[in-house]
Amino acid sequence: MNITLSITKTIYEFLAGYLSNDAANIGTMVTIALIYLAIFAVAGLYLVLLERKVAAWFQLRIGPNRVGFWGLLQTMADALKLVSKELTGTVKADKFLYNLAPYFVIVSSLMALAVFPFTKEFQAFDINIGVFFLIAISSIGVIGILLGGWASNNKFALIGAMRSGVQTISYELSVGLSLLTMILITGTLQLSEIVEIQKNGWLIVQGHIPAIIAFMIYMIAGTAETNRAPFDMVEAESELGAGFHTEYSGMKFAYFFLAEFINMFIIAAIATTVFFGGWLSPFGITESIPWLGVFWFMGKTLVLVFLIMWFRWTFPRLRVDQLLTLEWKYLLPLNLLNIVLMALIVWLNLTIQF
Amino acid sequence: MSYFGDIYKGIKTLLTGMSVTGKYFLHSRKGAITQQYPDNRDTLKMFDRFRGEVVMPHDENNEHRCTGCQKCEIACPNGTIEIIWDRQIDPETGKKKKMIDQHIYHLGMCTMCGLCIEACPTDAILWAQNYENSVYDRTKLTKVLNQPGSKLMPGVED
Repeated sequence: MNITLSITKTIYEFLAGYLSNDAANIGTMVTIALIYLAIFAVAGLYLVLLERKVAAWFQLRIGPNRVGFWGLLQTMADALKLVSKELTGTVKADKFLYNLAPYFVIVSSLMALAVFPFTKEFQAFDINIGVFFLIAISSIGVIGILLGGWASNNKFALIGAMRSGVQTISYELSVGLSLLTMILITGTLQLSEIVEIQKNGWLIVQGHIPAIIAFMIYMIAGTAETNRAPFDMVEAESELGAGFHTEYSGMKFAYFFLAEFINMFIIAAIATTVFFGGWLSPFGITESIPWLGVFWFMGKTLVLVFLIMWFRWTFPRLRVDQLLTLEWKYLLPLNLLNIVLMALIVWLNLTIQF
Repeated sequence: MSYFGDIYKGIKTLLTGMSVTGKYFLHSRKGAITQQYPDNRDTLKMFDRFRGEVVMPHDENNEHRCTGCQKCEIACPNGTIEIIWDRQIDPETGKKKKMIDQHIYHLGMCTMCGLCIEACPTDAILWAQNYENSVYDRTKLTKVLNQPGSKLMPGVED
């Protein structure tokens, strides 16, 4: 079976047969953007369904099971309903920023998806500063949340947005430093090369103790960065109504909602790529069939997504001061120590290589 | 507690919590408590503590346990229970005695607080487990709990 996985190249070559060079370039970009947009809008909807099912199972319920077989069309129906709803807003809202905010959030989360290697060569944009790009892009999303909260002219929305700012700025550090710990082993920021290096063993095995510590810190900080429970003070329902998206309705609300789930997927996908070998199969059992890598990648990512959901349905929400204590007094010093430990291990060649 | 001790204890307690919810997750197939109501209408049986409506059980001789003491009427916070009573001659002893004529219960006003049932000294009224209480006419919610021609079970007042 010979499937061409290098989508950018394939589409470009196809279009170059009909169009001039520039037009083919633009056509390639637009086509890939549309494909990714369509795939991840649907993927986001199914993540919402997965979340609802997992939540139901944790709480001994059944979950959505009416629309379609096993409730599989439930979120599609929800999305249709949201599209058809009226877009309301407050009278004194800053209309321009209010309308702009959802696009900031959804565009930043969709941009991050472009750099993931889903399998060998199946990657829209193999940038050589991949991890750095991901960290930078994932912190743009918070601007959308801040704008949304500010422009709504609602005190609950504003409090939620400000909490989001505090939280994201703090936890950015931990996400960045825990990924930096792993960069010490790989020596490269390019995601495809990070995966190549893991052919000698996944990085969580190669880096053993500091890698496991880095992974734990990364998962905690990543959960906080996506504003999910137990760090969901941004939209704490019992305190703030719905937080920053209190005043949004219809499709604009759906953008925020979808972006939250795609962000969760991105956090899990970064962890998969950096710690668990991306699309590589365990012990190279399907190495000869590269397209199976997509399933390995998705499988590992969904396991990590499940872990984040498990956090959500187990732990109670933190207070703001507890949140900041956790970051600045525990995660950050531990992270810095961990980097020194990892540097020592790399320097002394104590990594485990197969 | 030391700094690293705190971290160890924190991680340990978090894992304990996760193992508890993880167990529930694995057993959710068997133990789902959701009732898929209209589908299982024929087999659905409400649990004992469910508060459907107040009923007065009668035995096979059409006898109830209500002495007409009106404690339930006094206990009810929103006047759901109304007892119409009069003094009749007890056929056994020949003396005049308080007896209920009608024990009226307005289901439409009941908040299911259960104070009347707690107040009843003779356990004459109980919770029923029926759950389909909707009707098309409001007057149907006013119920007379004692059946026509029923009388007090002997021995309840002793």
